[in-house]
Amino acid sequence: MIPAKFEYIKASSVSEALDLLAKHGDDAQLLAGGHSLVPAMKLRLNQPGAVIDIGKIEELKNISEDDNHLVIGAGCTHEQVATSSLVKENAKALAQAASSIGDLQVRNMGTIGGSLAHADPAADYPAVILATGAKIVVEGSSGKRAIDAADFFQGIFTTALEGNEMITEVHVPKAENGVYLKFSQPASRFAVVGCAAIKNANGVSVGLTGVTDTAYRASAVEEAYNGDSKAASEHAVDGVEVMGDHFASAEYRSHLAKVFTERALNALT
Amino acid sequence: MQIKVKVNGKEHISDVTPMQSLAAYLREELQLTGTHIGCDTSSCGSCTIIVNGKAVKSCTLLAAQVDGDEITTIEGLAQNGEMHPLQSAFKENHGLQCGFCTPGMIMTAVNLLEDNPKPSEEEIRHGLEGNFCRCTGYHNIVKSIQHAADSMK
Amino acid sequence: MSNYIGKSVKRREDDRFITGKGTYTDDISLPGMTHLAFVRSPYAHAKIKSINTKAATSHPGVVAVFTGEDCGNFGVPCGWQVNFKNGDTMKEPPHPLLAVGKARHVGENVAAVIAETLQDARDAAELVEVDYEELPAVTDANAAIQAGAPLVHDDIPNNTVFDFEIGNPKPDVDAAIDSSSHVTKLNFRNQRLAPNAIEPRSYIADYDVTVDKYTLYTSTQNPHLIRLLMCAFVLGLPEHKVRVISKDVGGGFGSKIYHYTEEALVTWASKEIGRPIKWTSDRSEAFLTDAHGRDYVTTAEMGFDKDGKITALRVHSEANLGAYLSTFSTACPTYLHGTLAQGCYTTPLINIDITATFTNTNPVDAYRGAGRPEMTYLIEHLMDTAALEMKKDAAELRKINFIPAFDGVNEPGYQTQVALQYDSGNYQATLDRALEMVDYDQFRKDQEASRKNGKLLGIGFSTYIEACGIAPSAVVGSLGARAGLYESAHVRVQPTGKVSVFTGSHSHGQGHETSYAQFVADKLGIPMEDVDIIHGDTNEVAFGMGTYGSRSLAVGGSAIIKSLDKIIEKGAKIAAHKLEAAEEDLEYGEGKWAVKGTDKSIAFGDVSLTAYVPHDYPEGLEPGLDFSSFYDPTNFTYPFGAHIAVVEVDKDTGKVDLKRFIACDDVGNVINPMIVDGQIHGGVAQGVGQALLEGVAYDENGQMISGSYMDYAMPRADDFPFFETDRKVTPCPHNPLGVKGAGEAGTIGSTPAVANAVMDAISHLGVKDIQMPLTPERVWRAMNT
Repeated sequence: MIPAKFEYIKASSVSEALDLLAKHGDDAQLLAGGHSLVPAMKLRLNQPGAVIDIGKIEELKNISEDDNHLVIGAGCTHEQVATSSLVKENAKALAQAASSIGDLQVRNMGTIGGSLAHADPAADYPAVILATGAKIVVEGSSGKRAIDAADFFQGIFTTALEGNEMITEVHVPKAENGVYLKFSQPASRFAVVGCAAIKNANGVSVGLTGVTDTAYRASAVEEAYNGDSKAASEHAVDGVEVMGDHFASAEYRSHLAKVFTERALNALT
Repeated sequence: MQIKVKVNGKEHISDVTPMQSLAAYLREELQLTGTHIGCDTSSCGSCTIIVNGKAVKSCTLLAAQVDGDEITTIEGLAQNGEMHPLQSAFKENHGLQCGFCTPGMIMTAVNLLEDNPKPSEEEIRHGLEGNFCRCTGYHNIVKSIQHAADSMK
Repeated sequence: MSNYIGKSVKRREDDRFITGKGTYTDDISLPGMTHLAFVRSPYAHAKIKSINTKAATSHPGVVAVFTGEDCGNFGVPCGWQVNFKNGDTMKEPPHPLLAVGKARHVGENVAAVIAETLQDARDAAELVEVDYEELPAVTDANAAIQAGAPLVHDDIPNNTVFDFEIGNPKPDVDAAIDSSSHVTKLNFRNQRLAPNAIEPRSYIADYDVTVDKYTLYTSTQNPHLIRLLMCAFVLGLPEHKVRVISKDVGGGFGSKIYHYTEEALVTWASKEIGRPIKWTSDRSEAFLTDAHGRDYVTTAEMGFDKDGKITALRVHSEANLGAYLSTFSTACPTYLHGTLAQGCYTTPLINIDITATFTNTNPVDAYRGAGRPEMTYLIEHLMDTAALEMKKDAAELRKINFIPAFDGVNEPGYQTQVALQYDSGNYQATLDRALEMVDYDQFRKDQEASRKNGKLLGIGFSTYIEACGIAPSAVVGSLGARAGLYESAHVRVQPTGKVSVFTGSHSHGQGHETSYAQFVADKLGIPMEDVDIIHGDTNEVAFGMGTYGSRSLAVGGSAIIKSLDKIIEKGAKIAAHKLEAAEEDLEYGEGKWAVKGTDKSIAFGDVSLTAYVPHDYPEGLEPGLDFSSFYDPTNFTYPFGAHIAVVEVDKDTGKVDLKRFIACDDVGNVINPMIVDGQIHGGVAQGVGQALLEGVAYDENGQMISGSYMDYAMPRADDFPFFETDRKVTPCPHNPLGVKGAGEAGTIGSTPAVANAVMDAISHLGVKDIQMPLTPERVWRAMNT
């Protein structure tokens, strides 16, 4: 297999990447870890004219903290996120989600920014990003902005990112008490259903992925939760148009969403 | 375009096309055909090599991406004619049959044991999630890695 | 003397594999080599109205573009003719190298683009414009024979390849079923599987105009068979000018037995363009075009008397053979399937009725087990289901139905109701051992306790038998095989006493280079290091039928033994001359010929040197020590065993967790226990894969919806526990090594054990049956309806 012809350009800084994006417009795609993009290009499902490699931009590879947040560079690999003690201590659910993505080798290459920008409806991170109320910091030719997780995921492979923008950071509110549990699709090991639950001052927040065309915040569960996980989890798919496919019908997927919501809520301490 | 890489300790400056995968580059330009391509879409793990100390699937990296990097393939694992403990353990424990997935299995296990020198059976099985074997039922692969871990203590 | 037989000698082939020095076909590059890319049908069934290759041909780097019109008369044949019940010949439509007129399954080759680089070939392939008129498609074996179904081949009515019956007269079986005190009936599908050898198929053809010779490097399990088929039936090439080389092969499991259209096409095209051509399948192409396995729709009924003795077995299946007949496709649902219906039970009356159909799907052929896993699943799933229905213990039910032990020497073989005569067996022994290994009584106690805690534990059995060591040529010939199924061996003793063994069998993971050397060294009483095993090249090996059907050691090994016998016999003449003794006073052992009762002897190496330096030499005896043999078995071999699976079902999700897998197999004598265990492990994993994970699915339009590793669930390391294996040994009475074959046992036995264990775990919830694969959703649904 081999992709259709394209131009390869390596960016060594965010500003260089943004200049290149502006120059090449819609014909260009950003390459971070490449584990979604490159297979799609080989299968010729995706044929960009130019590929801008942002995989070696050092400024995107840091994990740091401020008082209330973790600041995770978009270029951090899943392995970095999964094994970072900062993340494990302050955003356990995020570390769990990262460690459940793909496999060892994929986690060594794939990046959090790449995964979020790709917005696969069965990706693991979005459930946690939504549940924690994280912000996605993006930069573009018109400057820098922080997008609320709730506004970021817009549909299947669709986000609030503009064509000339790239994700640079993810700001994740600290929360000691969180969990991410998933039911894996047996072939791809993507989430048939993934549930992130975070305990906070106001109660719980719950994010679900894999269930419909984009991850969502299960606010009906959050509202119903009063310590009874089972009762609250019954609301996991309220108002959601649940997907069905070869591996899980809509009915079964709805059931799994409830089971994993209950399990996640029970796993909170 | 030109890339400079260090492969198994040796520096190479090569012309590659943007489309060329790292696996294809190793196999076709450097004749390092021990890196195998089973699916070419980062599922099966046969193409696993070590780049900058981490196991990666070389079919899904472009050769262009690794400019400046340090690479170890199965051919570079033995040192001074001495097998790596994982190589010996795979032979000793019948951890391979047709041999096609073997280089990728071994290279993944190198990373696995580096991160976790005393893995449990469950951790080994989980660590091999990205490597398919159709011959062994994984039984003796897991045993091989257990034995290698013991011998590397 | 056994220095090596029975020992787990480490494999010599591993040295190259663990260092990345193996040579698989795609590892080979030839000077001037071009690359080929196929244009494949995106439709399951479509009329090809026109093909415009102009843009592709003028693309930079393109050497040639071919369509079906260019090679329209060439087609690959089926290797086994099965006749209709009424004696009519089966329907065997042409299988062209590139589609002509119609495309009949998604992925069928429509055009071939050859270019300087793979990049050019792939880019240009996208420029080939094919004007299709899509036609309605049929993908299901049962739907295909219904009135009004789309016809895959316009001139073949009802899409029927043949119908077939084996066993006792149907009225007798019907009467026995009707008068049984209990009848267990199952309707099920034995789902289609993708073989998924991890090495994709790869072919390099190199036509050398200077000598008018062809070389084909191919990832095949049987190089001579490919050469024979390609020369005699496809391209009409002179066989002596075609060399087929199959070096290291990355797994086969059946899928690399067959002669594929791509293989013949690159060979033909190499002469057309006068340059070497490489084609290596990508994984998408592998899913679409590597011959699939299984795919039966079955109704099976088993009758029992009041004591639980089986009274009769009645089966009707439709077998889906896909759009064209692959090399051994027709043998799978018939002589490799119906003939196994006796199982290891004394069932007095059996009738098996099969209809084989064409559909708009990829061809189906033998996949590890080939017909036998399907029959074993059928029988063994009936047994456990019957036990649940009759509230009998599944292990006990088997015990009262087992054929009593027989060794095939002092007691005769067992004549089945379905043509075969079993060679030797002791079925109860393997079950008893497996029950001991699982600690059955304790398990039932644990199961009861765990149910009280809301856990769903289950145990499932499978006591299988299979027919291996394929096969007596005259027998299979009378059944329609278009080839003999003997094996050849050539043993060349070099002057210095080193031994080169050329075998027609082929190793693609089985470790022949080691296990063959073990028994050769023992037979000659020489060190293993002095023995080299050579296979996989038609220029080196005289002839061969290859490796499949767990036949290598039983048939190929026997051929080697025959040559070794000839060497020892001729060596005795030379030894007698040198020792000035009578030939009949000599005995051979420990690497020398000795005069019985004396200390006079001559070593193997001295005799071999004398044979090649025949100065002081028996009069009239030819120099040299070099013999070829062909071995044609007198019967199949019949390995058997007992498999037990223990599972836990998650009641919330339906997910099945395989907790334990116990296998006690009897594969006859064992040369290398380590290798045999490895074969069992791998086989079990594939069988478990069928039970729980794998399945090729086509949608109603014939599009494959399981065509990648994102959609086809391959078994992974964390899907399994360590397997617990043991074995019993009942030697095969009719081959010199007493071996039966171990390559398929694991796959054949394991699938029903797992399915049965799931049923055992949840049948108390009112679940009747679940179709394979037993996916979480199916199990959950069964528990909740």
